[in-house]
Amino acid sequence: MENQEKAVPKASRRKFLSQALTAAGSVVVAPTLIESATAIGAEAPPSPVPVAPSTAGEISVTLHINGAKKTLSVEPRVTLLDTLRERLELTGSKKGCDHGQCGACTVLIDGQRAYSCLCLAVMQEGKEIVTIEGLAKGEVLHPVQEAFIHQDGFQCGYCTPGQICASVALLDEIKRGCASAITPDLSSPPQLSNLSEAEIKERLSGNLCRCSAYNGIVAAVQQAAGHTPPSAAALVLGATAKEGA
Amino acid sequence: MNNFGYVRAASVKDAIDRSAGDPKAMIIAGGTNLVDRMKVFLDEPSQLIDISRLELKKIEKTADGGLRIGALVTNTEVADHAEVRAQYPVLARSILSGASQQIRNLATVGGNLLQRTRCPYYYDTAFACNKRMPGSGCPAANGVNRGHAIFGNSEHCVAVHPSDMCVALAALDAVVEVEGPKGPRKIAFGEFHRLPGDTPNRDTNLEPGELITAVTIPASPFAKSSVYLKLRDRASYAFALISVAAVLDMSGKKIKTARLALGGVAHKPWRTTEAEAFLQGKAADTATFQKAAELALKGAKPLSHNTFKVTLAKRAIVRALTISAKGGGVA
Repeated sequence: MENQEKAVPKASRRKFLSQALTAAGSVVVAPTLIESATAIGAEAPPSPVPVAPSTAGEISVTLHINGAKKTLSVEPRVTLLDTLRERLELTGSKKGCDHGQCGACTVLIDGQRAYSCLCLAVMQEGKEIVTIEGLAKGEVLHPVQEAFIHQDGFQCGYCTPGQICASVALLDEIKRGCASAITPDLSSPPQLSNLSEAEIKERLSGNLCRCSAYNGIVAAVQQAAGHTPPSAAALVLGATAKEGA
Repeated sequence: MNNFGYVRAASVKDAIDRSAGDPKAMIIAGGTNLVDRMKVFLDEPSQLIDISRLELKKIEKTADGGLRIGALVTNTEVADHAEVRAQYPVLARSILSGASQQIRNLATVGGNLLQRTRCPYYYDTAFACNKRMPGSGCPAANGVNRGHAIFGNSEHCVAVHPSDMCVALAALDAVVEVEGPKGPRKIAFGEFHRLPGDTPNRDTNLEPGELITAVTIPASPFAKSSVYLKLRDRASYAFALISVAAVLDMSGKKIKTARLALGGVAHKPWRTTEAEAFLQGKAADTATFQKAAELALKGAKPLSHNTFKVTLAKRAIVRALTISAKGGGVA
């Protein structure tokens, strides 16, 4: 008896779940549930809203990625990041937060860095997209890629493709005269020759690295900008010397 | 996110017609806020009307010597525009202090005005929220509200407007140009965003089907001497706890005119006209700035967790005015 009583809510829950799953399989019923849920508290339930999108489910889009044209059919809700990773086998761009907060998905669109997780693929028709896979020329690495290796700019490497794409864009922004929030004089933004460590940090603040490889990343940008960054050993020894003093 | 229809608008009129004809349709340009919201089901449009390819991408001089910035000019383009840097540095600096380069490259001026609050109760659909679902309640009013409003809040909503750019535009007396089913109209910046009242679900005074086409900034002989000071929980890439746009027109050591707007304090950028009037004709010294800061915060009604914002805002105002009186620069 006791067991049966206990079994009742379980059984009904299972029954509910199976019904919900069936409903989710139907395009019409699942959104109807959402509609009625949001109508709670309203004086009169809103009139039924057409659920079907106004255009066909998938749209054909031609993407220019790393110099190649790719025509494919995607739903409007699919992000550029998911298209790269799931449809085009370009898995270098990483999905971290998926909300434009971590920078792991950074790619270049028409030469400017962008979070591909916040870009819808259907909106990128005809734009020139470069991902981490498009930076090297054959076996010859991009100078920023070289610099990341030389300066130990990564540990686990998950954020690295985004960090490298952001750094490539950063150097181009300096060449184009872009300012940052900490640029002292807006009328004379920094040049590559006087790009300070503080500017590099501010300009890379849209990319997080949970391993905290930040010193190596800053040094990599310095190297790619033509500076001679302090060696990692010097940084460690310097810190030790200060602590000892 | 739920699926939706997608259409590329052929013209401003096409976008307005499509938008007015489908109340569940939404306009998309940069998408940096909308896509994020759709991912957590805060917005579930029937279709997206993509206006990103329309010709609203120019920054032009106006007849009176001001600037007209098209709604689709990106944040990056505004901040890097020579005229903006030279004549309206407070605008350039407010933009550069917001978000990251990746977002500024996509985000547009029109979209910046329409971005929605980052109140965590609004973002988390497990909670009630009058902005998201009118009549459901405001857990922030008596909840964790350290980031919330100290001015203009109502019992229905204590959220703040998240934009930095809009604080500078408020201080610069910008005008929003819109077009809609009934034709074009101009909205003074101070009238564009709304206080929550009992309709916190409405952020702006835009009518259904209306589209922002441009923002104009009047000529300002003194906007060069301006400062944007932003205080936040980390040094970069975070929303403001308090921000100050200060613009001073100096005559020697005396203040001819002052403009002062606060961010992070209300449901809209907050102009402090009483403090501005007080500053007029006064000597630019610390005592004057402190009195102005007191006046600016006089009507503040802090919540249980954000009384610190009152002191923080006063200090920020004094610092911003001090730097502005010396010609502006990094705050």
